[in-house]
Amino acid sequence: MIEYKNVTFRHKSGTVALKEINLKIGEGELLAIVGTNGAGKTTLIRHLNGLLKPSSGNVYVFGIDTKKATVSTLSKRVGMVFQNSDHQLFSNTVEEEITFGLKNFGYDYVKAKERAETMMRFFGLTALKDRAPLTLSGGEKKRVCMAAVLAWEPEVLVLDEPTVGQDFINKKKLYQAIVETNAAGRTVIIVTHDVEFIWPLQPRILVMSSGRIVRDGRASDIFVDEGLLRSANLIMPQLAEISNRIGMAPAALDINQLLEVKDNWLRI
Amino acid sequence: MTAVIEFKDFSFIYEGEKEAAVKHISFSVEKGDILLIAGISGSGKSTILRAMNGLIPHMYNGVYEGEVLIEGKSVLDTPMNELSRSIGFVFQNPENQIFAFSVERDVAFGLENQGFSSEEIRERVAWATGMLGISDLRKMAPFELSDGQKQRTAIAGVLALKPNILILDEPTSLLDPLTAKETLALISDLNKELGLTCIIVEHRLELAAPIANKMLVISKGEVRNFGRLKDVIVDPVIYLSGISIPPLIELQKALGIDDVRLTIDSFIREIVHR
Repeated sequence: MIEYKNVTFRHKSGTVALKEINLKIGEGELLAIVGTNGAGKTTLIRHLNGLLKPSSGNVYVFGIDTKKATVSTLSKRVGMVFQNSDHQLFSNTVEEEITFGLKNFGYDYVKAKERAETMMRFFGLTALKDRAPLTLSGGEKKRVCMAAVLAWEPEVLVLDEPTVGQDFINKKKLYQAIVETNAAGRTVIIVTHDVEFIWPLQPRILVMSSGRIVRDGRASDIFVDEGLLRSANLIMPQLAEISNRIGMAPAALDINQLLEVKDNWLRI
Repeated sequence: MTAVIEFKDFSFIYEGEKEAAVKHISFSVEKGDILLIAGISGSGKSTILRAMNGLIPHMYNGVYEGEVLIEGKSVLDTPMNELSRSIGFVFQNPENQIFAFSVERDVAFGLENQGFSSEEIRERVAWATGMLGISDLRKMAPFELSDGQKQRTAIAGVLALKPNILILDEPTSLLDPLTAKETLALISDLNKELGLTCIIVEHRLELAAPIANKMLVISKGEVRNFGRLKDVIVDPVIYLSGISIPPLIELQKALGIDDVRLTIDSFIREIVHR
């Protein structure tokens, strides 16, 4: 459904940000992209809605060559929540921000308003609906962006560092939104450093370094590989590390799985 | 021990607001403490930090009640420039902090402002950039840096001033995990070596808890618990305040361990294999 064929991307300055990327992402996949700052993660996902076009090679989204499509056609199907919310927000109020995309993509006024209200309730934004998005806190802005994109249910949801600045409650809601979106058969792609957050989701993981994909595999394999994690500036999720240290495989996804077998490892 | 930061029944209402942002806040931080402040967005964390570095009341108007003392001096009566000699502040977003044409000029900026000799400036810039692992970026322009490198530049600029108190407002939220862990380890080293008192706001408790000794939980503008981190982190009030605790701590709570270990190493060594 999404395919990168020999994609190289060179910035105007000449810096090569992506090097010969070959990648296929299937419909309904849950994918997390990890790697150091500057590894090319954000550059990679910006090719998905045509914001960036390959210097050489091609990106196909639903069979459409992104070089031949406009950002607006792709954006309807590929919803993207940027790392920096300020690049995304432009409306006068939170409510307008959320209804904007909906109206643009053909929802009538009443339906758009209804849908926006549901999203605002879910993300705890109802009380802020008349506020100017750019005056909100970082965490609130991020939730507005998230609500605005999730509102029109794009077939592919791309989240760039969604947990930054989010507290426990909002991370849980975000987690729930990801699970539900993915369960509905839609593709979710997350760029993140937050290994604790993605560990229980057990996504397919791409590890990027210096513009290349250096590993592509399951979370259960990648997050227990110490050398690989170190090379990508990651640390092992706590549950994976505890499991590893007590010799439990496959690693526990929650503490209950550790507690169930505690007689095997706890010597008090 | 003498308190270097003391909040005495402090309340603050921002100008134009009806409700107090924080109410009856009392706690004290001693020299060499690392205090972890935890609370959800909008709980009052930023207000507490602003009351420490003097932005409240010197830049934000409002109704100020109670007292905040920094190294024995009331913030209310101490001008910002005097407070800034005691307190270094690292913002959540380094974009708000760095602006010079090169990393080294940026790190030197505060020092130049305070009239240090050029030799002292060179030495301190070399020391601070070295400490943050950005020595080889010294000639680079901020726009060429990744977000993580920008944050390290911002921290280096504050460290270079060698403050007695370092306030860090979610300092690692843009760093990759290993860099975040290393940055916090560095803060812990500075704390040990220099007796630097640190105040950290951080959502990722799994990274911050191992280096802190005190913890303050704030919710809806009020202190829910304050004290030794090991005692506070297991208090159920933490969930009610919307804060998640790391799996390692949750596991130990479920096992009924009172004296929780804060690192996986000590947990394995002292609990699993004892």
